[in-house]
Amino acid sequence: MAETRLDTDTVIDIQDLYKSFGDLHVLRGVNLKISRGENVVVLGRSGTGKSVLIKIIAGLLRQDKGVCNVLGNEVSTLNENELRDLRLKIGFSFQNSALYDSMTVRENLEFPLVRNVANLSRAEINEQVEYVLDAVGLLQTINQVPSELSGGQRKRIGIARTLILKPEIMLYDEPTAGLDPITCLEINELINEVKEKYHTTSIIITHDLTCARTTGDRIAMLLDGIFLKQGTFEEVFDTNEERIKSFYDYNFIQ
Amino acid sequence: MSAKQKEHVYTKKIDSALLAVYNGYSFFIRFFREAFRGRMEFQEIIKQCYAIGNKSLLLIGMTGFITGMVFTKQSRPSLAEFGATSWLPSLVAIAIVRALAALVTALISAGKIGSSIGAELGSMRVTEQIDAMEVSAVNPFKFLVVTRVLASTISIPILMFYCTMVSLMGAFLNVYLNEGTSFIAFFENAFEQITFLDVGTSVAKAVAYGFTIGIVGCYQGYNANKGTEGVGKAANSAVVISMFLIFIEEVIIVQVSNYFRI
Repeated sequence: MAETRLDTDTVIDIQDLYKSFGDLHVLRGVNLKISRGENVVVLGRSGTGKSVLIKIIAGLLRQDKGVCNVLGNEVSTLNENELRDLRLKIGFSFQNSALYDSMTVRENLEFPLVRNVANLSRAEINEQVEYVLDAVGLLQTINQVPSELSGGQRKRIGIARTLILKPEIMLYDEPTAGLDPITCLEINELINEVKEKYHTTSIIITHDLTCARTTGDRIAMLLDGIFLKQGTFEEVFDTNEERIKSFYDYNFIQ
Repeated sequence: MSAKQKEHVYTKKIDSALLAVYNGYSFFIRFFREAFRGRMEFQEIIKQCYAIGNKSLLLIGMTGFITGMVFTKQSRPSLAEFGATSWLPSLVAIAIVRALAALVTALISAGKIGSSIGAELGSMRVTEQIDAMEVSAVNPFKFLVVTRVLASTISIPILMFYCTMVSLMGAFLNVYLNEGTSFIAFFENAFEQITFLDVGTSVAKAVAYGFTIGIVGCYQGYNANKGTEGVGKAANSAVVISMFLIFIEEVIIVQVSNYFRI
């Protein structure tokens, strides 16, 4: 495996990352270093490339230029098997949950487990499925299909499905998008619980300031394809930079 | 539009057509690469076979029955002119076994199964379910594409045999009502002219059609563009392209089988 030495503490190291789609230049030299156990929130307006960034980290997209080093591996140079091994350590919670429609909640959770962990007995599979469902507080939905679940429940099940492989890194794509304020708070709490229980390092993509404040150890403000400012919530928003201020004001007004 | 702009538009169109051919070819090659390596998803193949059979059994049965009946009815006057209506069962059986059953099954399946595969995978692509499989270290191509293509390649020949029998029943009903021919006499006469080559060719056709319907449906769905419009487009293209390819395959297979017949 193309493994590079990283500081023992650094889990994700992104240097000078560029990504374009035709004439649309989405990322224009992004730099980001994330330490083990850290929750980093990437804030920014829609269409600024936040989701593209985590898709590059998960190997779903390939950067045009720059370095994307995850757990000591340059993602773009990995072969199929190496990428598969790396993905076992990454959990990806999608914006729309991406639950498999044709499967029940149990089958959704079993799906990655039985295909990635060899020689599990039925009892062990059941135990692990029930454990993660319990962790997200939705054990009672085990035999339901996704269409019977609410938006918040779907998000939780999506997170549970990633947790079943016990990832080291969690990537959350707009975890609170389209949810009511109370469910948003529940999801934010869940993100913090996951960090404590599973000792994960997380990137949370959002434009929701409450989510950013509640879950982020560090905030990275992505604007016009680069990280304009990084730091704690207060450090980022204590600024005279017009674009950051207007982003804050807009959220506040909302 | 200036000449230069026109040239640019044509170049772009040629580029995208060549790219589509290349992508289709890569998808085809990838199918064979993935089909023969790693764990086989037998349970999913069986599930898909059941879904394909279940979806089209009634429709193929009804279409086959009507085809057999109508074909017999239409053929009678021509044979009657020569006083050869006793040849009707043989004529109908040859037509059904050599051409009609496989073609009817394939065309119905292209509409029913091809569109369903295209729409299902297209919707999975649009809702990021395929990406979700990929990031959870599961090979979506193996689970979604290989299983569906194999299932349709296995199921279409079975459906074709079913369609053959139902069509012959339709033909028998018509002959019985008009000539009063018995069941045994009809089928003895019908199968008299059927050779192993006829059956073999039909099976080969059905396998080719099944594979085509599966791979085209999967290709269109798997590569659907973002958005709900892409899902509809995938389903539609799956039907149109697979039907077109089925007719091309029909011509090629008939030419090859005729070569052996001589």
